[in-house]
Amino acid sequence: MKTTRPRRGLMALFLLLAMFAAACGDNNDNSTATGGGEEPAGGEAADAPDGDTIKVGILHSLSGTMSISEVAVHDAELLAIEEINEAGGVLGKQLEPVIEDGASDWPTFAEKAEKLLTVDDVAVVFGGWTSASRKAMLPVFEGLDGLLFYPVQYEGLEASPNIFYTGATTNQQIIPALDYMVEQGMTDVYLVGSDYVFPRTANKIIKAYAEEHGLNVLGEDYLPLGETATATVVSKVMDAQPDVVFNTLNGDTNVAFFKELAAKGNTPDQIQTISVSVAEEEVGGIGVDNIEGHLVAWDYFQTTDTPENEEFVAAFKAKYGEDRVTADPIEAAYVGVHLWAMAVEEAGTTDVDAVREAAKGLAFDAPEGPVTVSDWNQHISKTARIGVVNAEGLIDEVWNSGEPIEPDPCLEKYDWAVGLAQGECDAAKEAA
Amino acid sequence: MTAPTTSSGDIDAGIPPESPAARDARWGRPRTPMSLLGPRGASPWVGRLVFVAAVVLLFAGPELIADPTRLRQWAEYLCYAMIAVGVDLAWGYGGMLVLGQGVFFGLGAYAMGMHLSLEQTGPGQLPQFMSLYSDYSELPLLWRPFEHLWFAAAAAVVVPVLVAAALGWLVFRRRIRGPYFAILTQATALVFWLLLVGQLQLTAGTNGLTNFSEIFGRSKYEPGTNEFLYYLAAGGLLVVVVLASQLVRSRYGRLLIATRDGEDRVRFLGYDPAVTKTVAFAVAAGMAGLAGALVAPIIGIVAPNQFAVLPSIIMIVWVAVGGRGTIIGALLGALAVSYLKTRVSETRPDDWQYFQGLLFVVVIAYVPGGLVGVARGSWLRGRRLLGSRGQRGDVSPPRPTRGTTEVTA
Repeated sequence: MKTTRPRRGLMALFLLLAMFAAACGDNNDNSTATGGGEEPAGGEAADAPDGDTIKVGILHSLSGTMSISEVAVHDAELLAIEEINEAGGVLGKQLEPVIEDGASDWPTFAEKAEKLLTVDDVAVVFGGWTSASRKAMLPVFEGLDGLLFYPVQYEGLEASPNIFYTGATTNQQIIPALDYMVEQGMTDVYLVGSDYVFPRTANKIIKAYAEEHGLNVLGEDYLPLGETATATVVSKVMDAQPDVVFNTLNGDTNVAFFKELAAKGNTPDQIQTISVSVAEEEVGGIGVDNIEGHLVAWDYFQTTDTPENEEFVAAFKAKYGEDRVTADPIEAAYVGVHLWAMAVEEAGTTDVDAVREAAKGLAFDAPEGPVTVSDWNQHISKTARIGVVNAEGLIDEVWNSGEPIEPDPCLEKYDWAVGLAQGECDAAKEAA
Repeated sequence: MTAPTTSSGDIDAGIPPESPAARDARWGRPRTPMSLLGPRGASPWVGRLVFVAAVVLLFAGPELIADPTRLRQWAEYLCYAMIAVGVDLAWGYGGMLVLGQGVFFGLGAYAMGMHLSLEQTGPGQLPQFMSLYSDYSELPLLWRPFEHLWFAAAAAVVVPVLVAAALGWLVFRRRIRGPYFAILTQATALVFWLLLVGQLQLTAGTNGLTNFSEIFGRSKYEPGTNEFLYYLAAGGLLVVVVLASQLVRSRYGRLLIATRDGEDRVRFLGYDPAVTKTVAFAVAAGMAGLAGALVAPIIGIVAPNQFAVLPSIIMIVWVAVGGRGTIIGALLGALAVSYLKTRVSETRPDDWQYFQGLLFVVVIAYVPGGLVGVARGSWLRGRRLLGSRGQRGDVSPPRPTRGTTEVTA
């Protein structure tokens, strides 16, 4: 045995130590502006709230499959925090973001949420994208009585007192889309979705609606998340020749699906599609040629014509670059931060109960138009919009609901939806 | 397993039925499980002391870590250490590169997760996800026995052991080994993940089982629960470590090492390597299953992503970083890597993964013996510098694991 090996090992070890010292040393210069500047929180929970800052958590996937969508949402939240800080902060204190990476892994979301609430003692967390990550965080926020602002449209059937939902619930996106289809005389529907909870639940609702309104569901197919082999499903769709495909696919699968559909010679005049998870960001990945003329359903487009939106888009592009686009979840995240700040100002404290109470009925002129926080389910009223993808990859509105729609997460106002919800909203109702 | 001999060549001829004298000549003084913890060549008392100190430290965790969240994280790391010890048994001592331990970890976690899901609902009621997303009107047959904690706990260990034993027996009897075995285990992890995601109505799909606010009759977020879970994990780890060190030291352990270093020779001597390897593989699976059962209440969610291909590879990394072929190394590797992952991802949320990747590359390339290898090297050199009178020309032959981190092993 020569002595070279241990020495080499030792050197490597030193190298490693130096590396981690560098990694951990970074937090000494505690810049409050953006990421990285975060307290190491040396294992003790008892960091007394700093005199002039309020800590807020930001928890999105900055790595892994979901980062492609979630990084932009995290950017929008930082933009809103910056705006609030420039305007003097909240209760006279600056907001200090504590950023964590959910890493596209649901257990990590739960763990980081717990860490933010206990170790960092943040006043609120803005976070999540997938329903799975929200479901993973929900017990943590309920158990520790924290506050989560969740910015993405979702499948409804939930109303936690510890979550504010600033994205659309089903009666603000999917049901208006179905109404629009009926109005346009599209009666034969084909359902295509990713195989997880959101598309499954959405399709359950669509089928109940179809039965009531005389739509024919010609077929229903699911692809695993991340699947890119879409030829079989597209062939089935082409054979069935529906008027419209109701598309609840998520992520990369959309790219393969629309490419395949275009490759098979389909145009929107033959088989139209209406998507609920394809926004401005995704259009770029799919390729404008493949999706131009197809429909999408949201509550906000980059082109939405309000003075607030003009400012928001300009500010977003100024901070992050001209090539960046805004989209519904990005806007909803931005709105969430502002709503929370307004509720805290109103309550005069960051205490969860007080903020929850103060948020009831809160109105805000958002980029998407006026929104109001519900007085019992912590969703917000939103104007539903249908748009068509144009040649520049942006979305032109072709229809909107005219006024904000009251959120109805458990679909209690619809006779045909009886039995879909199993009392998920009862607790929230009682509390109100 | 294709004879991953060291650079020094042929030290591994015909080990099994060795006389005690010959064995001592080759390996130095027989090592008790405790002395395995100490540096090689040290008095067995050093090992015993280290062991006792480690156990005291382990159970003093709640005294040392005041923050309940941090304590819960440490409980989680302890579970990972259990998996690592199992991986080390199979890979470090048995030469089987297991790239699919996530399967057994997942089986254990789902067994306990199903029980915890049922604990949240009243008797005879469906778990929340099932009433929302499935067509079941009553509890499916597969779920029913998991209403009982004893059944869930037993299944968490027994099912992985049986699955591994069946898989191992089929594979090893056909003399499938080396990279083929590694690829096969990895494929198993992929299949397992697809199955969990695809059976949405039974498993809740990608969402996984969640919302465990009641754990073994206590609230997850009441003070003391994290402490309770920590002690459970610490106890589990102690059992796993003692079992593994007994096994490694036993006659079976020597046979396992011999099989790793020269499977054909062992076969010529009349042993059946398939049995030897199957046992190690099954025991490793049982350890992963136990870890899964404990991690489910600790993390509070059981989701397919935790058991996919990538986490299974990280399990190998734990052992490689700590030091393959030493139980203490596997254990420390899992603790160190998990702790660093948490800490670095907190301080650098944007780019922590690069640091983690760099760590793995550096260790594999420059520190093949892992943390333990470095410690052992320094110990030996320290002794030499002090002019110590080593019992037998000092340097014992390196364990055949050194310098053989290639995939073929």
